Amino acid sequence: MNFFCFGLNHHTAPIEARERFAGHARSPAVLRDLGCSEVLLLTTCNRVEIYAAAGANIANEEIAESLRINDEPSSKNDLEAFYRKENAECARHLFRVAAGLDSMVVGETEILGQAKRAYADARASGNAGPLLHRLCQRAFRAAKQVRSKTQITRGPVSVGSVAVDLAEKIFGDLRGRKVLVLGAGETSAKTLRALASRGVSDLRVSNRTPARAEELANELEGIAVPFATWLEQCREIDILISSTAAETHLLTPPLLVPILRDRADRPLFIIDIAVPRDVSPEVNEFDGVYLYDIDSLQEIASESHELRRQQIAAAEAIIDEHVADFQKHLGLSQSGTRPTKECPTRVSGELRASEL
Amino acid sequence: MDRQLLIFATVCYLAAVIRTVISFRARIFRRSRFVFLTIALGFVLQTAFLSVRGHALGSCPITNLFEVLVFLAWSIALIYLLIGTTYRLSLMGAFTAPLVVLLQLVALLLPIDTPRAFPIAPNPWLEFHASISIIAYGAFALACVAGAMYLVQERQLKTHQLRSIFYHLPPLPNLFSAMTRLLWFGFILYSAGLISGFFVNEPLPWTKIALAIAIWILYGAILQGRYLRWMAPRRIATLCVVAFAVALSLLWSIEFVGHRA
Repeated sequence: MNFFCFGLNHHTAPIEARERFAGHARSPAVLRDLGCSEVLLLTTCNRVEIYAAAGANIANEEIAESLRINDEPSSKNDLEAFYRKENAECARHLFRVAAGLDSMVVGETEILGQAKRAYADARASGNAGPLLHRLCQRAFRAAKQVRSKTQITRGPVSVGSVAVDLAEKIFGDLRGRKVLVLGAGETSAKTLRALASRGVSDLRVSNRTPARAEELANELEGIAVPFATWLEQCREIDILISSTAAETHLLTPPLLVPILRDRADRPLFIIDIAVPRDVSPEVNEFDGVYLYDIDSLQEIASESHELRRQQIAAAEAIIDEHVADFQKHLGLSQSGTRPTKECPTRVSGELRASEL
Repeated sequence: MDRQLLIFATVCYLAAVIRTVISFRARIFRRSRFVFLTIALGFVLQTAFLSVRGHALGSCPITNLFEVLVFLAWSIALIYLLIGTTYRLSLMGAFTAPLVVLLQLVALLLPIDTPRAFPIAPNPWLEFHASISIIAYGAFALACVAGAMYLVQERQLKTHQLRSIFYHLPPLPNLFSAMTRLLWFGFILYSAGLISGFFVNEPLPWTKIALAIAIWILYGAILQGRYLRWMAPRRIATLCVVAFAVALSLLWSIEFVGHRA
């Protein structure tokens, strides 16, 4: 019996194709009917993949059909976006996916949780058998080892996650912290959401256009405050996210001095996303004030990206070891094919290619 | 024999330092069980050394500067082992080990292990006074370590230059809290040591008393500054480092003066 992976992801297909072939609850059952003895469906916003074991070869068109969620007929172009990997290459692919090496943001850890949930679902529905069990357990082990032995997951890689990491180092626990968003741009909303995900619950939004402030405040379950009072708010808040379209600095040392006097030694974290900047760089000189503009946040994110990129070779070496061990364990040949008695492989032209 | 125990203890702490340096260079600086275990083993060997020396002397082994430095290094390791896990500051070991190595290397390399010219009659008050004061120094040393960690972390946040260690150092409030608790702990012990000094019932040189009181006032002023919010946390951290450097040099002076007395 052979096992294979079939699917498409952000590398091979645009979002429209991923939406058309997103898979559905019935996909595993359809594949079982087609002859697969074990089936696992992994769907995330970036990938749709089937991991399956089958005695006979199943045509790619049939698998793709099982993933299609509408009645629109699939074209030959659609099939070109799919890849198929068999046996050892399938194992390598899953190990890389679980370790975050195949993700859009290299080293992201969410994919491991998604893979674990997909496996749990397959087990619960009786679609995962001994082969997928071994494959998945090995993938989770490989992913864990990549995370612990390399720095592939180290450092924040987006403006929002940089802001969260910095805030946690400045304040420790973020629960109960107060945040004021000045202006209501998309990046500040994302940053605010990232902070809210770590427990920040007191969210205030201030904008020259009150309706826009209300809109964002409602969306994030915060409160809108009048723009005229934003400076007064700085006496209470812990984090200020500024992204207005002002052409001059809104916050300068003379304005901040009396506010800092009232704050005692409570730190103030200022995230200035605006271009031109809303906050005078000199305020970073004050004790307890930590000012980051968009360039410094992006630079930290880029450094993390670079650090992760440097770790890829080490991570791939770990994956290689696990693939070799897995091959040995299952008795796969060096070329990665699995000798089988009951299933002389039915080669079907270009569909038999390991990756289309 | 007893010096060999001390050399082995120093090697253990040195191993912790080397491990930390290697981690720094490989940019995989993280909490390490190895560092904790080598410090724990070093502590056991230090304890064995002090025990052997104490039995030989028939008193607490703090009769010369060599023994005082070793006892201080032992106190630092003791307090680290007690508070390192409590405050989840295991990384403190990476900062503590170099300090202990430094103290023990000074003790081992300088010709300061000179026996007293005349035997001293056992005096429990004197032993309590000296030992509790040195343990207080150990707490001040750990406060200095926490202060140094705070300054490293704060500087990275201010300059936006985030090194690998940034992600492993505790948040600023945790470090500040550990620092102030260690200051209090050391101050209370030091006060007890100072008060017990008046019950020693032996003539003490006024310079020694003055220097000891100066250290007490210095740390008292830092704590006062902290609670009246006269100083920002960064300044408190700086003062913790400076005050320990001053206290360590005064300890030398106190010993020097004590021997000449």
